Amino acid sequence: MVTLLSDNIIEIKKVNFYYGASKALTDVTMDFKKNKVTALIGPSGCGKSTLLRLLNRMNDLIDGTRVEGEVVFEDRNIYDPDVDPVEIRRRIGMVFQKPNPFPKSIFNNITYGPKLGGVKNRSELEALVEQSLKQASLWNEVKDILNQSAMMLSGGQQQRICIARALAMKPDVLLMDEPTSALDPVSTAKIEELIEELKKKYTIIIVTHNMQQAARISDYTGFFYLGKLIEYNPTEKLFTTPDVKQTEEYITGRFG
Amino acid sequence: MNGKEHTSKIYNRELQEIKENLLYLGGLAEKAIQNAMRSLLERDSGLAREVIEADDRINTLDKEIEERCIDLVALRQPVARDLRFIATAIKINAHLERIGDMAVNIAEKAIPLNEEPPVKPYIDLPRMSDTTQAMIRKSLDALVKEDCDLADEVIREDETVDNLNNQIFRELVTFMLEDPRTIHRALLIMQISKNLERISDHATSIAIMVIYLVTGRNIRHGNRAEKSFQNDI
Repeated sequence: MVTLLSDNIIEIKKVNFYYGASKALTDVTMDFKKNKVTALIGPSGCGKSTLLRLLNRMNDLIDGTRVEGEVVFEDRNIYDPDVDPVEIRRRIGMVFQKPNPFPKSIFNNITYGPKLGGVKNRSELEALVEQSLKQASLWNEVKDILNQSAMMLSGGQQQRICIARALAMKPDVLLMDEPTSALDPVSTAKIEELIEELKKKYTIIIVTHNMQQAARISDYTGFFYLGKLIEYNPTEKLFTTPDVKQTEEYITGRFG
Repeated sequence: MNGKEHTSKIYNRELQEIKENLLYLGGLAEKAIQNAMRSLLERDSGLAREVIEADDRINTLDKEIEERCIDLVALRQPVARDLRFIATAIKINAHLERIGDMAVNIAEKAIPLNEEPPVKPYIDLPRMSDTTQAMIRKSLDALVKEDCDLADEVIREDETVDNLNNQIFRELVTFMLEDPRTIHRALLIMQISKNLERISDHATSIAIMVIYLVTGRNIRHGNRAEKSFQNDI
């Protein structure tokens, strides 16, 4: 297990998670390093997406779920009763599998969150739109069509709109749940390059079914199976000489 | 490649075929040394020429194995043990091909030596040759069984061959000092001895790659004590 170091941005301690009676995560302890990309891999139903959603309390929105253990972000357990989940979700943003822009203009997609957060000043919003779109490597493609609907963009562009929308909230951590599984190879490459760029400012945790993607873009990789964290290691280590036999069987395609 | 099979049976078969081809190449290389040495010890220059001609086959197989390995990397993106296996196969392949070249070198020296009376009876050279052939066989056995202990034995035997080589050198120098007419023949024998010594280095490198394949640890370029897998634990 990776040792606790001061450069951890999130620390998960002995977390168990239940959907009603069924247990989705068992005794997971892991740390996420600041300004690094951590990939979570594993077969369907292994708990990796559950863990990702746990990190910004998205699971709260599902009835009958229950969390045990701690998810520590900035010295606070985000499941403490006095923690505001909305604030957590602002600091820990999320990008989903399928691009889900709002049926609004590109401009309004980006400003939707900040406006809710109380930003009213037009020039401030404009600056935010430009900055967020630039960070998402989309500015040059859309700067002249900011008032057009985001729904008119290609899938890859829509996904980058979603990333820009998340960035506009000035988060610390970006959670990505298979952000490229619905995209073609070129759009995927663009998102991957973007992730490389974004980790300078943000911490990224990504769930992916594409192991080559995990190998390409992540610094650390965690392998989950049946709700347990089987192995957590630097990515080069995990993909060349994994410590656990189960990891090896999974990544080399000898599973089941 | 031990343990469970791939979900993809074709991938599994491709890996297996590379391994089988390597072993076949190993067999050819071993046979080449054996024949090269026999051509010297039994003064059979016809056999020496056969060794030189047979090297074509080794070279062709070497290229074929390397191409298959590279194709597999491109098409399958191997990771973990599969990746280590491919990396190991590419290197072992190159070592075996070099061993074939060494056998050719030996055969080329045997032909002129067979034209002249022997400097002295061959005693250490056959021992050296037996040891190096055994080292190749053992290093490939270690690959098949993924056996680090066996690989470790090979690594240790390298010293025996080095010592024999030094001994042969010293002995031949005394012959040359005594009778300068032996110089030409003695130098050819020295080169054969040196070739055998290098073959044992190649076998040692193969053994080191087997340890890498099994454990993921690379013990190349250590001193002999460090090289030992046992000491490395």
